[in-house]
Amino acid sequence: MSAVLSAKGLVMRFGGIVATNNVSIDLQKGARHALIGPNGAGKTTLVNILTGVLRPSEGNILLDGQDITGLAPHQRVQRGMVRTFQINQLFDSMTPLQTLALVVAQRRGLGGKWWQPVGSDAGVAARAGELLEQFRLAEVATQPTRQLAYGKRRLLEIAIALACEPRVLLLDEPVAGVPAGEREELLQTVAALPADVSVLLIEHDMDLVFSFANRMTVLVNGTLLTEGSPEEIAADPRVKEVYLGHGCGHDTPQGTDIQNG
Amino acid sequence: MLTILFDGIAYGMLLFVLAVGLAVTLGLMNFINLAHGAFAMAGGYITVLAMQRLGVPFLACLPLAFVLTAALGALLERTLYRPMYKKPHLDQVMFSIGLAFMAVAAVDYFVGGSQQNVQIPQWLRGRTEIGDGALLLGMGHYRIFIIAICAVLTVVLQLLLSRTRFGSRLRAAVDDPRVAAGLGINVNVVFLLTFAMGSGLAGLGGALGAEILGLDPTFPLKYMIYFLIVVAVGGTSSITGPLAAALLLGIADVAGKYYIPKMGAFTVYLLMILILLWRPQGLFTRKGGR
Amino acid sequence: MDAQRYQAALRAGARPRLWEFVLWALAFAAPLVLPQHALMVNEIAIVALFAVSLDLILGYTGIVSLGHAGFFGFGAYVAALFAKHVMPDPTVGLLVAMAATAVLGAVASLTILRGSDLTRLMVTLGTALLLLELANKLDWLTGGADGLQGVVLGPVLGLFDFDLYGRTAAWYSLSVFLLLFVLMRRIVHSPFGATLMAIRDNRLRASAIGIPVVSRLAVVYTVAAAIAGAAGALLSQTTGFASLDVLAFDRSADVLLMLVIGGIGWLYGGIAGAIVFKVLQDSLSSITPQYWMFWIGLILVLLVLVGRDRLLRPQTWFRREKGAKA
Repeated sequence: MSAVLSAKGLVMRFGGIVATNNVSIDLQKGARHALIGPNGAGKTTLVNILTGVLRPSEGNILLDGQDITGLAPHQRVQRGMVRTFQINQLFDSMTPLQTLALVVAQRRGLGGKWWQPVGSDAGVAARAGELLEQFRLAEVATQPTRQLAYGKRRLLEIAIALACEPRVLLLDEPVAGVPAGEREELLQTVAALPADVSVLLIEHDMDLVFSFANRMTVLVNGTLLTEGSPEEIAADPRVKEVYLGHGCGHDTPQGTDIQNG
Repeated sequence: MLTILFDGIAYGMLLFVLAVGLAVTLGLMNFINLAHGAFAMAGGYITVLAMQRLGVPFLACLPLAFVLTAALGALLERTLYRPMYKKPHLDQVMFSIGLAFMAVAAVDYFVGGSQQNVQIPQWLRGRTEIGDGALLLGMGHYRIFIIAICAVLTVVLQLLLSRTRFGSRLRAAVDDPRVAAGLGINVNVVFLLTFAMGSGLAGLGGALGAEILGLDPTFPLKYMIYFLIVVAVGGTSSITGPLAAALLLGIADVAGKYYIPKMGAFTVYLLMILILLWRPQGLFTRKGGR
Repeated sequence: MDAQRYQAALRAGARPRLWEFVLWALAFAAPLVLPQHALMVNEIAIVALFAVSLDLILGYTGIVSLGHAGFFGFGAYVAALFAKHVMPDPTVGLLVAMAATAVLGAVASLTILRGSDLTRLMVTLGTALLLLELANKLDWLTGGADGLQGVVLGPVLGLFDFDLYGRTAAWYSLSVFLLLFVLMRRIVHSPFGATLMAIRDNRLRASAIGIPVVSRLAVVYTVAAAIAGAAGALLSQTTGFASLDVLAFDRSADVLLMLVIGGIGWLYGGIAGAIVFKVLQDSLSSITPQYWMFWIGLILVLLVLVGRDRLLRPQTWFRREKGAKA
């Protein structure tokens, strides 16, 4: 099986800081691949690099074997690489219906039409309606997004990504901040994604990660620590150390000049 | 040509003193204050009126202009500007344009619309010439005076920023107001003092510059673009950025008007647009600065 | 809801309402019913067209431009020069002016794509000032500070001569305004318009759903420039005169104020603002001709302090704003 998304040797430098240090990752077709690591490990930075928001200092990215390292974000979306954001990025003045109609129209190449009114394409409206139903947003479909409760906003965030008909989907902490009661809805939708969509999931919720993923990558301080199946990762002592910390044995010796640290 | 360079430097230093308050305000409060020129105008008119009506000598007018304009700035910051910080930039633009309009019309009403002349003291009115021919350096004494004062001000500002407690509080507040407040820095006071100082400097610049730049009620609108250029090109994350930008602008303007008089200010605007296209964050901002 | 209901919900905003037809009918009737105000109607139509063109940029893509008058003035001069030196037909002149301003707009759009709010403010301001300087210096072409005189226009469509009362002028301007307004209305309510609003609301997400933000901005900016140029052309064509003040900063500021008064982001805001502004200007000018600027300034300051969205709800004026947007 060849990788749908293949990133090699990605390095990201911000001034003197190396946020991403020679990271390579392959996403197989139909993958359920999780990216985990402690806070500040550079997971979101990696997603930003993959989607083109950041330009890497080194390395390249291949989508379906084609080099997309130089492409702008919207061009990558047009080729089927879609992401969600850790913090909801929505269109506050538009309603969920308008938002999804917009995304679907854009996906179908109708975003440039300037003479016909929105809603004249029945297919677009129908698909938007499907998504609204699927994500339980139908009741709030005509309310401005800024008035929606957080849980609904999060659902919309994911719905937007799906409306783009992704072939590669990068989910950045999809259940972050979602109240426990609404997590189930979200999890079920994530689990029900089409089998040929390749998903990269960034999450802290280990239950979700282990139930979802068939492959995991661990990122620490911008560097790839290890990669493997969930069983391998769960058994890896280094991973445990990263999450649980060292035992004892890191004390500063007496009389050390701390200022030279 | 050297004379042009010299004149350009004098003009640039003047622009710097006038615009530095704007740069700091933008960097600190993220507030686009298009009425900044009105403070400069205030300083100029305070000087003119004090000299003409009260017989105050020119040199005494300079600190007077600074103090009075600073006080005005402090008053306006506390009452009008403070609620505006969180508003979107469009609102800030409209608000400050409105203030500028009001200032222009008010001055026109109370003092009249004609050009005001500042009688600079006799000892500043000379001119010294060194060299000859193409390397003739003609230095008007008033311009020497301006360069000297502005240089001193620049050094004082730099010291203030880097050596004093206030300076470090200011820098902290510029970098991240919320964290600064969390550290116990009274951000409101920092804002107030900074705004007052910036306005005071503008007023001082207006007083100093009345002789060179002219002084009439349309001053804020005429020179607003120059101040904005200094800030946009120079960036808001340092003092040296706007200084360099101001010098560049001063020299470019003087040289442009001399060598290609037909084009006038055209060269300056074109230069600015090109620079901003090339480096939208300004020529001298450090990466990541606003 | 089923698919049809969703469709209907989406279309709801686009259908013209009754009051719109009434409004336009009244506008067209005005020069007939109030012939002594025909010139005023003409001015309002022109300036409203200008304001609405700015709304395309400001309200629908969120770009603050301080130099929109650059396009207005450019269109005015092109139309005047065309009438004077090439051909006095107004319609052809209008089209030429629009085309020329569109080219200028396309070039200028390259300058507003990157950078912060401040940079864009600078660049738009600088462009307008540049044009003003050019017009000033190229006085052999433009008449410089004296303005371009002796512009005589032929009859509109070969049939309607410009009369002294200004009625032909008013109807001409209103017709052009209506045509362009319909165009803008279609654009704004189309999928293209939806992408503009997406860009305005959240540029990051817009590009993350595949919208080519940069090219959309360039297109909109060019269209808005062309329409502003049309407004300018109408001005010089109906007054037979073009002077430097068509490029002045005042004009850019005035039209911004009109939008702020009338409401940004719904096309009729430009019209409402233009009417209010012109009427205010007329009445205040007769009271204090010189100090018009003061009152404009005061209105601007008060408007912003009270809050743009609370202007039409006086009961909210003195309530503290809760949780202002960071």
